[in-house]
Amino acid sequence: MQGFLSLLGRRLVIIVPYLWLIVFFLVPFVIVFKISLSQTAIRMPPYVPVFDGTATWAKLRQLSFDNYLWLTGDALYAKAYLTSLGVAAVSTALTFCIGYPLAYGMARAPRSLRPTLLMLVILPFWTSFLIRVYAWIGILKPEGLLSQLLIWAGLIHEPLHILNTYVAVYIGIVYSYLPFMVLPIYAGLEKMDPSLIEAAEDLGCPPAAAFWKVTFPLSLPSVIAGSFLVFIPAVGEFVIPDLLGGSSTLMIGKTLWNEFFANRDWPIASAVAVVLLVILVIPIVIFQHTQARAEERSR
Amino acid sequence: MKSLGSIRRSFAPWNDPAAKAGVVFDRVTKNFGQFAAVDDFSLTIYEREFFALLGASGCGKTTLLRILAGFETPTSGKVLLDGQDLADIPPYRRPVNMMFQSYALFPHMTVERNIAFGLRQDRMAKSEIADRVGQMLKLVKLEAFAKRKPHQLSGGQRQRVALARAVAKRPKVLLLDEPLGALDRKLREETQFELMDLQQELGLTFIVVTHDQEEAMTMADRIAVMESGKLIQVATPVEVYEAPNSRFVADFIGNVNLFEGEVTEVLPEAVDLFGPDGFPIRAECASPPQKGSRAWFAVRPEKIRLSRTPPSEPLNAAQGEIWDIAYVGDMTLFNIRLDNGRLVKTETINAVRTSSEPFGYEERVWLSFAPDAGVLLEG
Repeated sequence: MQGFLSLLGRRLVIIVPYLWLIVFFLVPFVIVFKISLSQTAIRMPPYVPVFDGTATWAKLRQLSFDNYLWLTGDALYAKAYLTSLGVAAVSTALTFCIGYPLAYGMARAPRSLRPTLLMLVILPFWTSFLIRVYAWIGILKPEGLLSQLLIWAGLIHEPLHILNTYVAVYIGIVYSYLPFMVLPIYAGLEKMDPSLIEAAEDLGCPPAAAFWKVTFPLSLPSVIAGSFLVFIPAVGEFVIPDLLGGSSTLMIGKTLWNEFFANRDWPIASAVAVVLLVILVIPIVIFQHTQARAEERSR
Repeated sequence: MKSLGSIRRSFAPWNDPAAKAGVVFDRVTKNFGQFAAVDDFSLTIYEREFFALLGASGCGKTTLLRILAGFETPTSGKVLLDGQDLADIPPYRRPVNMMFQSYALFPHMTVERNIAFGLRQDRMAKSEIADRVGQMLKLVKLEAFAKRKPHQLSGGQRQRVALARAVAKRPKVLLLDEPLGALDRKLREETQFELMDLQQELGLTFIVVTHDQEEAMTMADRIAVMESGKLIQVATPVEVYEAPNSRFVADFIGNVNLFEGEVTEVLPEAVDLFGPDGFPIRAECASPPQKGSRAWFAVRPEKIRLSRTPPSEPLNAAQGEIWDIAYVGDMTLFNIRLDNGRLVKTETINAVRTSSEPFGYEERVWLSFAPDAGVLLEG
């Protein structure tokens, strides 16, 4: 009896996260997928429902992949996907370039200082994401703080036109997602046995060579983790390109928003979302694979 | 392999004024803030010596090793290797290699690559590296594991990879930080002898840091006993055990009974002591202390005789009651309670399988020891 109860308890504990995923991820996804297969209509909600409990042959025949064909027909969508992937990739690379030295510095800081540094990295999360992105408008606009500062310092004479360009989008994404790069790399570097570096130096490596031959390869799993944490949300990012990129930037998150709210074309918006998900699932699978391998290695 | 006994027996450069010094610590001090990890430490270690730094944890022995490897800079004093001051030489240029306590094997490299790591830094030719790595693998009997990663090895195998990696560059001095600390007892005992053979075979100077006195006694030519960053005694294992220079060393190495007393009579090369234990003690010593001063006669448990009948000599004999008995197989350990309540440790060897009349609890017995069975200590 005791054994049965504890087994039941263990099952229940596992069921909770699964239930969560089913209710809040799988069910909504199925609904979105269903909508993506239907046709738009001027009604409430604005599409022809394909299933309403009576999945008759006639109803099933109405299912169509027209919306997906539509996505391939218009170059705008392909361009938006590619730009988003490109922006996300560049942003990830930039976040890595800034985040790695930051994380390295933190991991090598005196032990007593590390919690404070960690706190400083997490601190921005205490302010709303939206407000932080808005704040960048104030900094980047032509009459904003940055231009004023640089003109005052005599470095430039004309105000900078950064706002509403991709540069502003990069700045926004790098700024917002930096902690997601720094934290895993910091965690990876911090738990590394310092005697490994000493061993490398002892065997004849000057410090720089020891970094490239030992520290960096060993931190790669955490670099990959950080990169995915930045890359995946950056691809679908809507707020930053909308607020900082203006109308001249084309990204898939914004396209989706427009289809859904401006055009009220729910089926196309759903198709865009499904394709985006499929595109992102591929790197996630790769990520899972490398994580599993890293875990196996560390055992 | 031929026996190394003859080489080891005749090896005593510390008694030879013409011997060449290998490593010299000259008044080395290392402070961490207010704390002196190493305090005015001077020591000479000779070429090809198997040397052990022995002490409790926190006594500064590892700091000393790290100073020699170049990971710590002494606050004051000098470290010389073959007469050369090491002060301005960074760790990666010192002809010294270290085997780390954690082994510090590179987890992303195979056994082979780990061993080759130091050789590749020296830009050695590829074929030469392959040869040397092969030799090293053979030396530590890991030929079959060349392509494995460290996490696929057992603790003992990792220890041997760490050793092979550290000796691959043929350093002048090999530093070993608690090299056997992570191994279980049986494997540790086997590995002790392997290390000794390896040291003779390679002809290197080994400096090993350990807190295990048995390990130090087994392997080392000489032992330095340290406490609180200071050097207390440097001597061969036999001398450290049989002629400790202080109560600290006597107590730290093995078990000891310290009989305290006041010098009541000074004889040529001996003194008589009388103390709280209530029986007169005669202790031989080379330079007797003054009459009336305090001294301790340190006697190892195995040098105390246990008998049911009073010994023929009235000196160095006391009566007591058997308080504790611990049968450990090869011998039996006893705690004998003297009439003043003090416990004296002694032991008997179980040379026969079944003793007809074993000593029992609470039995009245006689303890006795010869005047030359111990050392007279004044501090």
